[in-house]
Amino acid sequence: MNKLKTLIRVGIVGYGAYVPMYRLKAAEVNRMWSTSGEPVEEKAVVALDEDTITISVECARQAVRRSGVDPANIGAVYVGTESKPYAVKPSGTIVAEVIGATPSVSTADYEFACKAGTEAMQTCIGLVGSGMQKYAMGIGADTAQGKPGDALEYTAACGGAAYLFGPAEESVAELEASYSYVTDTPDFWRRSKEMYPRHGNRFTGDPAYFKHITGAGKALLAETGYKPTDFKWAIFHQPNAKFPINVAKMLGFGMDQINPGLVSPVVGNTYAGSSPLGLAATLDVAESGDRILMVSYGSGAGSDAFVWKVRPPIKHRRSGPKVKNYIERKRYVDYATYLRHRGQIIV
Amino acid sequence: MSVPRYWREEKPRYRLIGEECAKCGAKHYPRTPVCSCGSTEFKPYKLAETGKVESWTVIRNAPLGYERFTPYVVALIELDDGVRVMSQVVDVEPEAVKSGMKVEYTFRKVTEDGQAGLIQYGFKFRPIVD
Ligand SMILES: [Zn+2]
Repeated sequence: MNKLKTLIRVGIVGYGAYVPMYRLKAAEVNRMWSTSGEPVEEKAVVALDEDTITISVECARQAVRRSGVDPANIGAVYVGTESKPYAVKPSGTIVAEVIGATPSVSTADYEFACKAGTEAMQTCIGLVGSGMQKYAMGIGADTAQGKPGDALEYTAACGGAAYLFGPAEESVAELEASYSYVTDTPDFWRRSKEMYPRHGNRFTGDPAYFKHITGAGKALLAETGYKPTDFKWAIFHQPNAKFPINVAKMLGFGMDQINPGLVSPVVGNTYAGSSPLGLAATLDVAESGDRILMVSYGSGAGSDAFVWKVRPPIKHRRSGPKVKNYIERKRYVDYATYLRHRGQIIV
Repeated sequence: MSVPRYWREEKPRYRLIGEECAKCGAKHYPRTPVCSCGSTEFKPYKLAETGKVESWTVIRNAPLGYERFTPYVVALIELDDGVRVMSQVVDVEPEAVKSGMKVEYTFRKVTEDGQAGLIQYGFKFRPIVD
């Protein structure tokens, strides 16, 4: 099996997260369509002037500031997203320019539905772990959209997180091991030039989300020899409020372990931003010595699993707004305003 | 703004960089060809990213390219280093803006050239998140 271990020890030297301030309640979606679902309480919605690039910049700037790293030394900026503002022109070019990483930098956008962010992180780990770069940044961010009236409309949300990777001895959390698990599973897709995705309804559960997360999680636990009790915290991809709780149980993890990172009930599913945002919320409360399991999920389908071990610098590298502060900063919008913010009503 | 002009001005707009007069030390944003002291020599200067609202106006009839953001707030902001910049203030209801309100840098879309053209990004300000 291909357990991913690096030649050089790698860790997260800085992290940042962002959630836009507008919220759409599930109850408002139900009012609109005379429905009764509530897969999450509410979801985060962008302002009129925000997109995946502005979200990525918010996260990236916070990560750089907290790390204390000279941005000129960041050798890669990769953005994982399924809502890139440009079909051709990498989001990372703009992010890298804003943070001051240009021109000695590699950038690209990564695509793998909701695990595009962890793909970007995985690639950065490879660059730093091989010695090709000292610092590399992986971002997961999205402004996800569901077709009006579709079940995804309750949950498809906006937000993200950025991770700056570097030498483990400088890090707030060291990577112990990681593993990826991918099969061809047509649970959800969007054809090029289509605006909204299609999904296979109930097909999204067992053969997709649960199979891949448990597949990746179990394999990494077996390989590392760790048991669920060896972890203080765990984060599983959060397409709604229920799935991560159920998959945690299947893998032998309890609510105490997933609670700090479980943001979907009040943020929604931020797609490529989802498990990275959950990790940020967990690092916001973690202490040195804590071990963290993180497993993403992306339709199509696959999972990336990571084991992180928190290190002492965590105390001094999480200044400024925490995920909780962004979550608490909110203003509710009605359905019409929501459509306007999502560009469905053009003025 | 044309694509070449946007590109020439993007670093100051992205990173909030003004200039400092090499002779008298006065700080300017945006850049100016001649300082009030008559000097034409400047060096780049990174402006403070926090400040407070001095005065503001609510734009309800926006110029071309900004219509979709109305109503929005444009404010004169005194940064913590004393430099004054004109900027939109976002993530706040126009009626909630107050003189002296503490604000911080945020990165946003400024305008876009239709569905097919360039998206122009730059700094705006928002109430401080804490
Ligand atoms: Zn002067």
